[in-house]
Amino acid sequence: MKILVGYKRVVDYNVRIQVKPDGSGVVTDGVKLSANPFDDIALEEALRLREKGVAEEVIVVGIGPANLTAHLRNGLAMGANRAIHVTTEDAVQPLTAARVFLKLIEKEQPGLVILGKQAIDDDANQTGQMLAALWDRPQATFAGKVEIADGKATVTREVDAGLEVIEAELPAVITTDLRLNEPRFIKLPDIMKAKSKPIDLIEFGSLGVEAHDHLKTTHYAAPAKRSKGVMVKDAAELVAALKQKGLL
Amino acid sequence: MSKILVIAEHLGGKLNASTARAVSAAAAVKGEAIDVLVLSDAPDAVAAEAAKIEGVNRVLTVTRPENAHPLAAMLAPQIAKAADGYSHVFAPSTTFGKDVAPRVAALLGVAQVSDVMSVEAAHTFKRPIYAGNAIITVEADANHTVVATIRTASWSAAASGTNTAPVEALAIDVPLPTHTRFVELNQGSSDRPDLQSASKVVSGGRGVGSKENFDIIYKFADKIGAAVGASRAAVDAGYCPNEMQVGQTGKIIAPELYMAIGISGAIQHLTGIKDAGTIVAINKDGEAPIFEVADFGLVGDLFKIIPELEAALG
Repeated sequence: MKILVGYKRVVDYNVRIQVKPDGSGVVTDGVKLSANPFDDIALEEALRLREKGVAEEVIVVGIGPANLTAHLRNGLAMGANRAIHVTTEDAVQPLTAARVFLKLIEKEQPGLVILGKQAIDDDANQTGQMLAALWDRPQATFAGKVEIADGKATVTREVDAGLEVIEAELPAVITTDLRLNEPRFIKLPDIMKAKSKPIDLIEFGSLGVEAHDHLKTTHYAAPAKRSKGVMVKDAAELVAALKQKGLL
Repeated sequence: MSKILVIAEHLGGKLNASTARAVSAAAAVKGEAIDVLVLSDAPDAVAAEAAKIEGVNRVLTVTRPENAHPLAAMLAPQIAKAADGYSHVFAPSTTFGKDVAPRVAALLGVAQVSDVMSVEAAHTFKRPIYAGNAIITVEADANHTVVATIRTASWSAAASGTNTAPVEALAIDVPLPTHTRFVELNQGSSDRPDLQSASKVVSGGRGVGSKENFDIIYKFADKIGAAVGASRAAVDAGYCPNEMQVGQTGKIIAPELYMAIGISGAIQHLTGIKDAGTIVAINKDGEAPIFEVADFGLVGDLFKIIPELEAALG
């Protein structure tokens, strides 16, 4: 079985995001970029399934500009067998990303597609679900535990009410939650090995994917700031203050 | 004119409070009608609750055995069919809505607006990106159905009680897949208020130190009638279950009172609480970022302070 893994590059989660003064975007020049944390978890899960013998091949997929190749090399260094780089200079919205994945699925015929539940830049939380719909296959979102046996995935999902368990026949789409696993660190020899692993370049335009964006972002703003409050000296003063506001 | 279809979230025959918040967002579109869609194997009790929500014109029910559990693969084709004739389809931005709405959007071939904070016009919305560190204004194409999830913390629940919207059964006979099956739901049993709708929330973080120590948080929360939440660090460390996590990837909440105890305040956590009315921070590290957003801060040992708070409450 092949596993396709979405491997998006985003602004590192430790970076404090600044909105440009003219409201045209956020500052990304000179800002550290990293793998979307949920995608590292997706890749780790795929690698563990390969190590267990459930899968033979793990393919990382990225959609983006030419310099995305270096990022995909990190996925290869982490352990993916090969990478597919769909090249485009344009930003890609979730529905378009899902359509790209569908094209790659037609070509690669994977048994499983694992994506992060959301990317921490646009926080959309859509691509996996959209892909499952277009592919007409099961989706198991917000996965906290995955077991594959007898042609199906048994997935424990982290939902608001607690933990939900569902069964999904393969092929299926799984999206990862935070506690699915702890991704491994990349070791130096693996970086050397990754240099010889193949990266297929596919021109976005050659896929025949419709890329009309229904959503236009017209303005970026900094969020309303909470003003800094007061420090109280002890528990009694705190209780008195909260009682005065009618909160206790 | 706009017609909005709101997807009801429910569990165990009860309507989830997030539905009435989505109705508030629907009302902000200022359209001609708001209908609520209840998909269930036995929708009557939920539909009756939804019919009481102010601003709802009709409640539509789809009764099928496949709707006994909220599986996106089952619900989405029915919602996509029911969406015919509506300009907008709204669902709450809970794990239920986040799971099903994009599947509906893809079936309709349209984009989705996630986590709507405000409705600026019928096709213009504000939503957070980068864990709420930037707010964008997005315009959806007016020629297509708008599928959106509603950031529940940004909307108060539409009033309930006086409305008597008619309940109508819909027959939606789209074929449903058999490739996805519900197995079980393991819910934490608790008599405490629901974290997402509670007016008071007490949360514990890594500073609480252990699962056993978390009892001090539960006990204090019970004393003031609060729901209990936790930081990601506390959940990751196994102090409490996943459904208690508050933050960017957990629950986004807006209680009147939020008490963060032993929580340092990573930006991912602050994202989940910044709409709270009053934030109280108790932490032994006076430099912790949580104090930057707290209305009231108290530096000290939580194991000493909590008993003192209980004593001061009498």
